[in-house]
Amino acid sequence: MSKGIRGAEGRYGWLFVSPAILIIGVFLVLPIVLALYVSLSNWNGLGSPLGNSDFIGGGNYAKVLVDTGLAQRDFGTAIRNNLYYVIAVVPLQTALALFLAVQVNRRMLKGRGFFRTAFYFPSVTSSIAITTIFIFLFTSSGAVNQVIGWFGVNGPNWFNDPRGILAPLTGAVPGDGPLGLDWAAWLSGPSVAMCVLIILAVFTTSGTFMLLFLAALQNVSGEIEEAASVDGAGPFRQFFSVTLPMIKPTLFTVLTLGLIGTWQVFDQIYLTGGGDPGKTTLTPAYLAYETSFANLKWGQGAAISFILFAIIVALTLLQRWVLRDRDLGASGVRRQKRALERLKRDAAAGAQR
Amino acid sequence: MKYRKWGAALLAAGVVAGLGACASGGGDSSGETKELSILIGTSGDAETQAVQAAADAWAADNNAKVEVVVASDLTQQLSQGFAGGDAPDLFYMSWDQFATYASNGYLEPYAADLPNAGDFYPALSDTFTYDGTFTCAPKDFSTLGLIINTDMWAAAGLTDADIPTDWDSLEAAATKLTTADTVGLSFGLEYARLGVFMNQAGGRLVDGDTVTADSAENLAGLQYVQKLHDEGVLKWPAEVDAGWGGEALGAGKAAMVIEGPWIKGIQGDFPDTNYASYELPAGPGGKSTFTFTNCWGIPANSDTADSAKSLVEYLTADEQQLAFGDAFGVLPSTESAAATYAEQHPENASFVAGNDYAVSPVNFAGSAAVISDFNAQLASLVGGDPKAILASLQEELQAALDEANGN
Repeated sequence: MSKGIRGAEGRYGWLFVSPAILIIGVFLVLPIVLALYVSLSNWNGLGSPLGNSDFIGGGNYAKVLVDTGLAQRDFGTAIRNNLYYVIAVVPLQTALALFLAVQVNRRMLKGRGFFRTAFYFPSVTSSIAITTIFIFLFTSSGAVNQVIGWFGVNGPNWFNDPRGILAPLTGAVPGDGPLGLDWAAWLSGPSVAMCVLIILAVFTTSGTFMLLFLAALQNVSGEIEEAASVDGAGPFRQFFSVTLPMIKPTLFTVLTLGLIGTWQVFDQIYLTGGGDPGKTTLTPAYLAYETSFANLKWGQGAAISFILFAIIVALTLLQRWVLRDRDLGASGVRRQKRALERLKRDAAAGAQR
Repeated sequence: MKYRKWGAALLAAGVVAGLGACASGGGDSSGETKELSILIGTSGDAETQAVQAAADAWAADNNAKVEVVVASDLTQQLSQGFAGGDAPDLFYMSWDQFATYASNGYLEPYAADLPNAGDFYPALSDTFTYDGTFTCAPKDFSTLGLIINTDMWAAAGLTDADIPTDWDSLEAAATKLTTADTVGLSFGLEYARLGVFMNQAGGRLVDGDTVTADSAENLAGLQYVQKLHDEGVLKWPAEVDAGWGGEALGAGKAAMVIEGPWIKGIQGDFPDTNYASYELPAGPGGKSTFTFTNCWGIPANSDTADSAKSLVEYLTADEQQLAFGDAFGVLPSTESAAATYAEQHPENASFVAGNDYAVSPVNFAGSAAVISDFNAQLASLVGGDPKAILASLQEELQAALDEANGN
């Protein structure tokens, strides 16, 4: 860097960013490094980890991932539960959010402000409050069961029902799967209780993501849609081939945020009894908390957190790869091929005439 | 321009200084007055006020100031305190966490030095003995009893002669009390209730260094519970829309429940429910019930350990324990105070009587995770295979016991 008129700027630059660096360093980077150390140590929670623990290498990770036993099975159960939660919640909340955003983005719709506020409302309410209300709604004689009772359906005891919803189909699958669970347990699907939490998550988060989609939709200018309809695209073709590709960056953001949020679900689990019924709502985030705070195995708890971190990063990268920028998707390539053939056919037919 | 630069630099310095100030909050108390904090998990205002009043009375005589802090989540707040080097000077230590805390060196082993160390029930002192050392003083105890709704009892045409004394008469009474709206018997589907039946059948979970969870006796206990449920005379509180047994009893959804002296707490919500408590009926292996207890924990190497010890001595004295019993219905942990309490509170006498043969639920370092897994597996007891549940418990508990013993 040349020392000229701008010579002192570097120094001032550092000075001005130093508060941010300091805050991030002290409250983010240092704790993460310390937690990483804890996950490799035998710290028992007494005093500071530095000086009160020994480095034991990957033992905590092995206990959760490799060694057969309760710790491994608990972790496997938590991963299974959370996997079903993610698989159900992320697509549902994204689709619902997009659907709602498109609806409230219509110019014809009367009272748009009201609907936008109404759909966004669950997102600004505390998740603790909403979960508590859900617990009351879904008791065995609660409002939900009374309503479905009008149709002659005898509703389950939602939050106390540990049966997996796929268990009737997959209950007989033999063999042992990974992480100490047999395949029947892996394939049993989310429990009835977990399904309520899935509904809860979709209900509360789709409003937030609706807002993101709405902002993106408003950036799609009317001329493009007009041009598409002049070219003869119907409303569906227009939406899937024109509008959706234009808001793809937002779609990526929503999917990523959804993925991260659902893998870290904690407060609903804490409030509904920490994994009850039958550990079918146990999640890795809650397991890490329980292992650390109740069983005082802080290293193991930190190890679970870092494995969860790795899972989230891996899935985000995978998703980025799937949604990477391509000129045409697989279906687009096929479509282009068909169009080209049609063109050639037409040209050949024209030449013969 | 120059002023603005310096202003920004000053602001940056200010933020740094401000952050630094946050880190070292609190002042040092080097005065004559000792300051102690007690962290409690309270059952309600009555308990909080009683503990505060007792602590104030002790503080007045000892030139001290005691602050009673009510925990919203005792386990979490304790862990946080210990990790931050800022543990409370005295706290409620529950029986199920005790071994985990003691084995990790969290607790000051002071109880054996107390002048009244020999006055406690032996079953309670044993619960809080780790590695041969009586570590912390039992605060009080609760045993499980059979709580009967007396109005329903009379309405079903049952008399005092029908009070269940064994499994058959319990089944008979539950059958008679079951109506379209009310189930005869209700208790939570967990080890803390079902374990009683396993013990009454003559079973034990641990015998020395060996786990005996998959014994025929334990199986008989679970099968008896399973049978009552199959007959429809027993339902879990969740099945009758109650949060716990007491709520089921109070709301008239169950005629009999298995709970402890804390049943008194339902009077606020259900003042019209009349009930009486009896000892649990005996099983084929004799009488048995569980005793649950808390102790007064003092953190290891605490500066205030001596003051805290003196406070514990005051709090566990017979007259103070009787005052607690009057205020919020806990049973005194010393034998002499418990005898007086039983005379003064005949409605709770059966709980005191139960402690003569009560055992503490299994409790060693690392057992809590296994028991919570057992509780989770019990969810499949109805229509499930109790033998498989016990086999899994056997395996996990033995592994945990071996680890606790360092094998």
